[in-house]
Amino acid sequence: MDLNSQETIKRLAAEHGPDQLLVVLGAPDPESAEIAAETVVLGDPTYAGALAEAQLGLSVYHALEDAFRSQIDDAVWEDQIGVMADVLEAEEIATAVRGMRERKPD
Amino acid sequence: MFEGKQIIVLGERDGIAGPAIAACVKSAGGTVAFASTECFV
Repeated sequence: MDLNSQETIKRLAAEHGPDQLLVVLGAPDPESAEIAAETVVLGDPTYAGALAEAQLGLSVYHALEDAFRSQIDDAVWEDQIGVMADVLEAEEIATAVRGMRERKPD
Repeated sequence: MFEGKQIIVLGERDGIAGPAIAACVKSAGGTVAFASTECFV
C-alpha cells in the first residue's frame, strides 16, 4: 500500500478511533486485495510503511462485495462500478477480503 | 454500514478507481474522509 495512504490512515485512526473508520478497497485481484486488507487489519506485511505492526483491526470491504453493493443505489453502482464487476474475479476477491476481516484482532 | 463512520477509499488504477467508490459512498450518505487511487506494482 502507498506509504502516504498508510500515514493518512494512521492519522485518521488516531483522530477518530479505529472503530469509527471503514475501509473500502478497489483492488483488481485477490492477492492485492488481501495485502491491502491485511495492512489495515493486522499491519503492513512489508514493514515499509506507517502501519507496520499497527494492528488497527479496521473494518474493511471490497467494492465488489455484496455487503457494500447492497448499500448503494443500483443505478449509481452500475454507473460507477458495474462494468468492472464483469471483468474482475469478484467472488475470489470477496473471499480474500472476508478472510482477512475475520482475522481482526480481539 | 456507513452511518457514523469515516470512510477510507483505497481504489486502484487497474481495479476500481477511488472516485468511483467515493461517488457510491457519498450517494449512500457516507462521509469520505480519504480517497486515493493507487497503482499496485
